[in-house]
Amino acid sequence: MTARARPAIADTPIIEVKNLSKTYEGGVEALNDVSLDVPQGKLTTLLGPSGCGKTTLLKIIAGLIPSTKGEVRVSGRMVTGPGPDRAFVFQDFALMPWATVLRNVAFGLELRGVGREEREAVARRHIAEVGLAGFEHRHPHELSGGMRQRVGLARALAVDADVLLMDEPFSSVDEQTRRKFQEDMLSLLSARGKTVLFVTHSIEEAVYLSDRIVLLSRRPSRVAEVIEPDIRRGDDPEAIRRHPAYLDTVETIWQGLKRYLD
Amino acid sequence: MKLFGYHVPMMTSLILWIALWEILGQSGAALVLPPFSAVVERVFEIVPTPTYLKALAITAEAYLLGNLIAIVVGVPVGVLMGRSVIADRLLLPWVNIFLSAPLSALVPVIMVLFGLGMTTIVLTVVLFAVWIIVLDARAGARGISPSLVEMARSYGATPWQAFSKIYLWAALPEILAGIRLGCIRAVKGVIIGQLLVSIVGFGHLFEIYSSNFLMEHFWALVVTLFIFAFAIAEGLGYLERRVEYYAASRN
Ligand SMILES: Nc1ncnc2c1ncn2[C@@H]1O[C@H](COP(=O)(O)OP(=O)(O)OP(=O)(O)O)[C@@H](O)[C@H]1O
Ligand SMILES: [Mg+2]
Repeated sequence: MTARARPAIADTPIIEVKNLSKTYEGGVEALNDVSLDVPQGKLTTLLGPSGCGKTTLLKIIAGLIPSTKGEVRVSGRMVTGPGPDRAFVFQDFALMPWATVLRNVAFGLELRGVGREEREAVARRHIAEVGLAGFEHRHPHELSGGMRQRVGLARALAVDADVLLMDEPFSSVDEQTRRKFQEDMLSLLSARGKTVLFVTHSIEEAVYLSDRIVLLSRRPSRVAEVIEPDIRRGDDPEAIRRHPAYLDTVETIWQGLKRYLD
Repeated sequence: MKLFGYHVPMMTSLILWIALWEILGQSGAALVLPPFSAVVERVFEIVPTPTYLKALAITAEAYLLGNLIAIVVGVPVGVLMGRSVIADRLLLPWVNIFLSAPLSALVPVIMVLFGLGMTTIVLTVVLFAVWIIVLDARAGARGISPSLVEMARSYGATPWQAFSKIYLWAALPEILAGIRLGCIRAVKGVIIGQLLVSIVGFGHLFEIYSSNFLMEHFWALVVTLFIFAFAIAEGLGYLERRVEYYAASRN
């Protein structure tokens, strides 16, 4: 309970999405009037059927693609493009295959013009934090999927952004690695007080990890429901997964999703 | 030796053709074709002469300079075309036209514009080499994984940083393939340029030999140029095979 004993979610939103719509060229209406808040220092999940626009929403918040209507604010500032306050963790890792783990993790700092020694010291610290100490001089193709995703996470942590945006960060790792990774991430992020917004397909993962779950309806998607699972984390992970509150929430979401799918 | 074992069939056929050449030459049937043995003798005679070495130096200089310009211009242009739809629409038709155009016909135009000198020869090399370099760099840049591009943007890369730290490296195998093909075409460029200008380098030598009807010298020169062209192509092929290791491991 100690690790993630945080105040209730009444506190300030760090990301505010207001009446956001997105229609792609060609006429695909991905988002229709989406509004949501992401509380600071919490873990918020975007959950919804495949193709409903989760990645689109995350990329608009990251400033990677423009919206058609509506606005996004991060820490009160309007988003017009990518910024150092947000770091993106890519579903397919997006590592530079020609660069070592060390350079990949230090890349955000390299782009900012931080000197070599300084940025590599920072990178080494984060590589150790995600459990990859000793792999600094390997190349991505020498690592497993889970390890590559950790490199992507370390790179995002190294730039010390307030907000981490993660697109299905666990989808390409096997179940066992995933659980271990989830636990590592929980303790890491709670220690840092980072705000995390992440996309997942897995209801169990969402309930297990998040302070707040935003359920999106089918495309063109709107916010169907916001759920705040009442689960005490930091206990034995296995105990959480058997906890009635956990199971209830999973069931509620299931029912909800089924309703929005019909 | 495996390498030797691989080359044996090619060598035998080459020896056959050379034998045929020798017989034809000895028989005196063709006035312009001296025996191969006499040509080989001439090779050893003309190669060490200062005239030949000077022509070789000038040719090498024009070749290297032309290739360098073609690479420095062609790679960024190709990458730009691969990344920007507008640049691509503007430039692609021209690249395609020049890629298949009979470029030798344009050399006189360069001659008129830049005179009978090194500039013209260097530009001819560029003209022959640059288009395939552009096209391959473009293909490489188009193949860059979109998430790598987004990664660079999301971490705040400037356009220059994106080019020099991501695009160039992600497209490297295609870029190198283009450079190899460009260098091979450049051999044609440098020879044709010199033949047409004909007062510089090997072009000048060809001019002297043929106008004085020194057929043995003439063929000796041709043979050495063929050997150079072959060596350049083989050398570049070897380099590219070494890079393929990297290309295979990039995903
Ligand atoms: N660049 C694009 N151009 C046109 N349509 C697009 C583009 N990107 C996504 N779409 C469409 O927008 C819709 C939402 O896509 P998006 O990738 O945001 O969904 P998602 O919720 O992330 O899906 P998944 O769960 O499968 O990852 C889809 O119908 C998709 O086909
Ligand atoms: Mg997606």
